[in-house]
Amino acid sequence: MEKFTTLTAVAAPLPMDNVDTDKIIPARYLKTIKRTGLGAGLFSDIRKDGDGKGGPFVLDQPAYKNAKILIVGDNFGCGSSREHAAWALLDGGIRCVIGESFSDIFFSNAGKNGILLIQLPPEEIEKLMDDASRGANATLTIDLEAQTIRGPDGGTIHFEVDPWKKHCLLNGLDDIGLTLQKAPSIDRFEGGQKAQQPWLYGA
Amino acid sequence: MARPRTLFEKIWDNHVVERQDDGTCLIYIDRHLVHEVTSPQAFEGLRLSGRKVRRPEATLAVPDHNVPTSDRSKGIEDEESRIQVETLSSNCAEFGVPLIDMNDVRQGIVHIIGPEQGLTQPGMTIVCGDSHTSTHGAFGALAFGIGTSEVEHVLATQTLIQRPAKNMRIAVDGALPHGITAKDLVLAIIGKIGTAGGTGHVIEYAGPAVRGLSMEGRMTVCNMSIEGGARAGLIAPDQTTFDYLKGRPMVPKAGAWEQAVAFWKSLPSDEGAAYDKEVTLSVSEIEPQVTWGTSPEDVLPISGVVPDPAAIADEGQRQGVERSLKYMGLTPGTRLQDVAIDKVFIGSCTNGRIEDLRAVAAIAQKALAGGRKVAEGVYAMVVPGSGLVKEQAEAEGLDRILVEAGFDWREPGCSMCLAMNADKLKPGERCASTSNRNFEGRQGPGGRTHLVSPGMAAAAALTGRLADVREFLG
Ligand code: SF4
Repeated sequence: MEKFTTLTAVAAPLPMDNVDTDKIIPARYLKTIKRTGLGAGLFSDIRKDGDGKGGPFVLDQPAYKNAKILIVGDNFGCGSSREHAAWALLDGGIRCVIGESFSDIFFSNAGKNGILLIQLPPEEIEKLMDDASRGANATLTIDLEAQTIRGPDGGTIHFEVDPWKKHCLLNGLDDIGLTLQKAPSIDRFEGGQKAQQPWLYGA
Repeated sequence: MARPRTLFEKIWDNHVVERQDDGTCLIYIDRHLVHEVTSPQAFEGLRLSGRKVRRPEATLAVPDHNVPTSDRSKGIEDEESRIQVETLSSNCAEFGVPLIDMNDVRQGIVHIIGPEQGLTQPGMTIVCGDSHTSTHGAFGALAFGIGTSEVEHVLATQTLIQRPAKNMRIAVDGALPHGITAKDLVLAIIGKIGTAGGTGHVIEYAGPAVRGLSMEGRMTVCNMSIEGGARAGLIAPDQTTFDYLKGRPMVPKAGAWEQAVAFWKSLPSDEGAAYDKEVTLSVSEIEPQVTWGTSPEDVLPISGVVPDPAAIADEGQRQGVERSLKYMGLTPGTRLQDVAIDKVFIGSCTNGRIEDLRAVAAIAQKALAGGRKVAEGVYAMVVPGSGLVKEQAEAEGLDRILVEAGFDWREPGCSMCLAMNADKLKPGERCASTSNRNFEGRQGPGGRTHLVSPGMAAAAALTGRLADVREFLG
């Protein structure tokens, strides 16, 4: 997993609530056996609706071509457990999503792919959404160590992050390697469980 | 005396391998279900790092999302779908994971076959790379969906790194009126709490209406916990649970069975256990439910009318409803019962079990007696949740009634619940569906989904519009 330390990039506004994982990446793109290349399906069904005012979808507008940050509404990533949603965002260049709230499974999937999700109160989101609508001038700087977002006017917003998640993101850690080091504890657990609930082990 | 604990807390405490100072835990996973869509990248990860599957025998794989629901002897036509299903088989062979393959009579939707085989048992932790893993909570198992990186983590270590969820209790009072099912109950719950109402929580369903449900009904309710934002749903195990499990292939053997039941009886939440959130609702008065929009919370009784966005004060909400109605092709004020449909889908992990098919066949039989069949111009498909459900339905003669009434009787799989195989809606087509998600494009790009119970889906098929199932029940 790629580390996440600081990120300075254009932020794109996507002022919608309940953006489900079918919207992020429709099921027809899930037939792959790879993690890469999913950017081609990113937001594919809502992309064709453009910006709702006759213009292109936000990520297709020249000002946001290089956006690495998305500002979203409430309950982003609800629906299915497909990690393809995180892979598609990553493949589409997105490293950070800032929103009012996220679904539990998407939250976990994003973190495991080096995407930082930041949850902020509605007032702050509204302000960032305004900032982001300024196009290519909407550059934000995110500092994970300091837990701050610096806006185009220099004002900063503090955000909360789970300490464990922060540690993993800052160091680009692979959980599986870390957990495998705990094999003796897992062995011990299995021994105890087998004694108490032998039927779980085929008895 | 020890602090009273909830069912969730008991299962959690039983599975903590290690606890860090910040509350993050390494928890042990008892059973792992695997399907073809969310596992290829996990097996690939193991291969790249030279890792093995820690407990293949605690893992069970089945292809379900991509399988055709028509004659399977010709294999899968779509190349990408075929590759995904073949990749599952080769990965299982390479890593020693048990597989129920596409041509096995036990094949079916992963969340149907887990309980059917008796793999799902009270007190267990169960995961699958699929959000509807919440279904298994009906047995009092802590079951939740995970992403592919976590699938790889469980394959390699049989554990997950998690923080404990919060506890939410939904108490359902009253008794379900005639013609009202578990599906109506759970849709009404989602309508009440909203699609993010359960985020961060595990929902425990309790109260007389829940206790009175069959295991099939309980599975329908827990299945849709994720539509209410909760990663897991739970129902305390009781005699109904034990009776359902007894004699299934993977349950504890004789001797161990009594020991297991005694343990399972210790699981229900203690008197006085504390919940972070409590919701109560009564179902004695509820009507059959139907969704009108593109989120499961957009739900109304069948006697309702399409909502009018102009009446909504909040601008964001108003725009959301306008967008949904435009997508759904609905005009505010239209009576839901006047909405004509093109297709009907009966199946999925929400409503693809034998009880659901019996409900549909019962209505079809009444219709036949009155000289009615599936309405002209409507295509209605019935997709059993597993090969064994199909077999049982055929043994009971349900298939003959359905076919005579004009329904299409298919092979088991996920089918038009998410349209990854050949079964999909065309743009603009409207479907009464017993599945769980009415998201834009879920049943095919541009397709329009109305979520309903199996009986309601049957009524829609027979009338060609959204209809009140109670008209058929007399
Ligand atoms: S039936 Fe639908 S919801 Fe259930 S596992 Fe299959 S695709 Fe997912």
